[in-house]
Amino acid sequence: MAKERKIRIVLAKPGLDGHDRGAKLLARIFMEAGMEVIYTGLRQTPEMIVATALQEDADVVGLSSLSGVHNYFFPKVMELLREKGMDDVLVVGGGIIPDEDAAQLKKAGIAEIFGPGTSTKEIVEFIQAHARQRS
Amino acid sequence: MFDKDELKKTKTAKDKWGKEILQKSLVREKERKEIFTSISGTPIERLYTPLESASLDYNEEIGYPGQYPFTRGIQPTMYRGRFWTMRQYAGFGSAKESNERYRYLLNQGQTGLSVAFDLPTQAGYDSDHPLSMGEVGKVGVAIDYIGDMRVLFNKIPLDKVTTSMTINAPATVLLAMYLAVADEQGVSYDKLGGTVQNDILKEITVRGQYIYPPQPSMKLTVDLIEYCFKNVPRWNSISISGYHIREAGSTAAQEVAFTIADGIAYVQACIDRGLDVDAFAPRLSFFFNAFTNVVEEVAKFRAARRCWAKIMKERFGAKDPRSMMLRFHVQTGGVTLTAQQPLNNIIRVTLQAYAATLGGCQSLHTNSYDEALCLPTEQAVTVALRTQQIVAEESGAADTIDPLAGSYMVEALTNKIEAQIEEYLQKIDAMGGTLAAIEQAYIQKEIQQSAYRFQKEIESQERAYVGINKYTMEEPACTNLLKIDMKTGEMEAKKLREMRAKRDNTKWKKALEQLKQVSLANENVMPAVIEAVKAEATIGEICDIWREIYGEYKPKQFF
Repeated sequence: MAKERKIRIVLAKPGLDGHDRGAKLLARIFMEAGMEVIYTGLRQTPEMIVATALQEDADVVGLSSLSGVHNYFFPKVMELLREKGMDDVLVVGGGIIPDEDAAQLKKAGIAEIFGPGTSTKEIVEFIQAHARQRS
Repeated sequence: MFDKDELKKTKTAKDKWGKEILQKSLVREKERKEIFTSISGTPIERLYTPLESASLDYNEEIGYPGQYPFTRGIQPTMYRGRFWTMRQYAGFGSAKESNERYRYLLNQGQTGLSVAFDLPTQAGYDSDHPLSMGEVGKVGVAIDYIGDMRVLFNKIPLDKVTTSMTINAPATVLLAMYLAVADEQGVSYDKLGGTVQNDILKEITVRGQYIYPPQPSMKLTVDLIEYCFKNVPRWNSISISGYHIREAGSTAAQEVAFTIADGIAYVQACIDRGLDVDAFAPRLSFFFNAFTNVVEEVAKFRAARRCWAKIMKERFGAKDPRSMMLRFHVQTGGVTLTAQQPLNNIIRVTLQAYAATLGGCQSLHTNSYDEALCLPTEQAVTVALRTQQIVAEESGAADTIDPLAGSYMVEALTNKIEAQIEEYLQKIDAMGGTLAAIEQAYIQKEIQQSAYRFQKEIESQERAYVGINKYTMEEPACTNLLKIDMKTGEMEAKKLREMRAKRDNTKWKKALEQLKQVSLANENVMPAVIEAVKAEATIGEICDIWREIYGEYKPKQFF
């Protein structure tokens, strides 16, 4: 019987933001939840993030930003993913992101935005429910 | 601290109380929890008595303010002389916009400036660099060259204010620009007061605004310290920072332990440069966090002072008492703020500010209640500053020195945290010192483990967090948040292009060439950096010279 493939998630820090407590914590939580996690580290351009997602055959891309640059970076990553034909990759974001920006980002194709105080359980469940399933 | 016979009596009385009174009460009604712990995971006893600090020698270990080991404070009169410096970290958008916010804060009674730079400036990139896209003017002010610094301090006489600059990897460049502006204002360097953060080790472990590998970064750090103690005598040439260590998830004891470990590395590097410890150590300053658990924080600050004094005296042989004083700035805990029910943050900040002042800080930044949502609005900044003013003027915390000393709990926790710090320092020494411990990612992993433990406690509801896992409620979306115009980036880039076209190219080229030669010769770079900024070299151009010589730092990833 073919075993279901583990969800592969690329976690990325776009831009120059150095706040990586949340990203590193989630990397560990996702691993414990049975996902394969690739953490890019800091200072990633949208191009670098998409290249990693492509190379790692990611099912999910998680973007973290606490420096107020989400409106620039998140849609840019979406755009590049589409260009590469990776439309079925689930993209989620987190950080310090005002509600009205979150609404705009969802329109741009980001599946969900998780703000400060979100439980990691909620994030894990969302990803498990929405990531593409492949065998 | 206590008489032996008295202690014996206390022990007997306590045992009797335990059997006869406490037990009965516990049978009737159990306590809320089996074990109580502080936010740092430290077990908290039901009751503290003289027994927990029985061996403490008052005169040797607690002592008097302004006297070794400075447990009670670094000045003999503390806030009875004057209040701590109220210093709100601020800066956004262009130099002109930030200058307006500074002048507003000074008009509101703020007593010192604290400059927040945007991330391109902190990472040593010009505003028109590809990696600066989207970041210009966002989390701080964009400073590319001396012209921006001139505007930033327009109508602010540099001999009348003290200025703290949160800048690390390119600290030499920003300090050089500040000195150059002082020259233009006709203010001599001995009249300048302020601080540059200049703490690269915590950038590498937790904050992420590094450029070069640890060794050459340390070289630049020491260049700045050496230059200041010879030329800018009132300048704090480093602010050794635990703030970001705590923000990254550490416990209170880890915050101080890893900060002091960084401090030890800097002091050793300065001594290795040939500097006399008593020449530079009085200008070292520290920067800590303050969380909401008031007693634990007060104990932390007291333990930090005592521990640093002992290290400077015993390990480094300092003779001047000023070398042994741990002077520190505090910022309230950004990470403790919630996006949920944000007005509750005002209460958190109040408790944290109270802890900082009961703990004897020299300057304080209070966070704005909206910072888990956005950069602070003017209304929120004003409330934050008023919080400090209420603590100073109304709470009474400023009227006596170290008011919590002698509390059985405070003294017991101070001892405990000091012991935890010493244990960490021994481990780090055994690994070969701070740089080795950072290279082996020991410090980073310890911090991440604490962050993980805390998150698990919140999610299992073991620890209550108001608005997060308890007393939650539906709220309307927040509005009226501060927005930074995306146009700032374009405007800064345009200004930069115009400046480059206009500047004296011969002078500029010569200054950069000189800086390169000095850097290659491994001499102190500060004088050449000052000449380069005066010749309108940009931060990116200067940092690129060192990128070429030193290479760039690329950390390994682990989680």
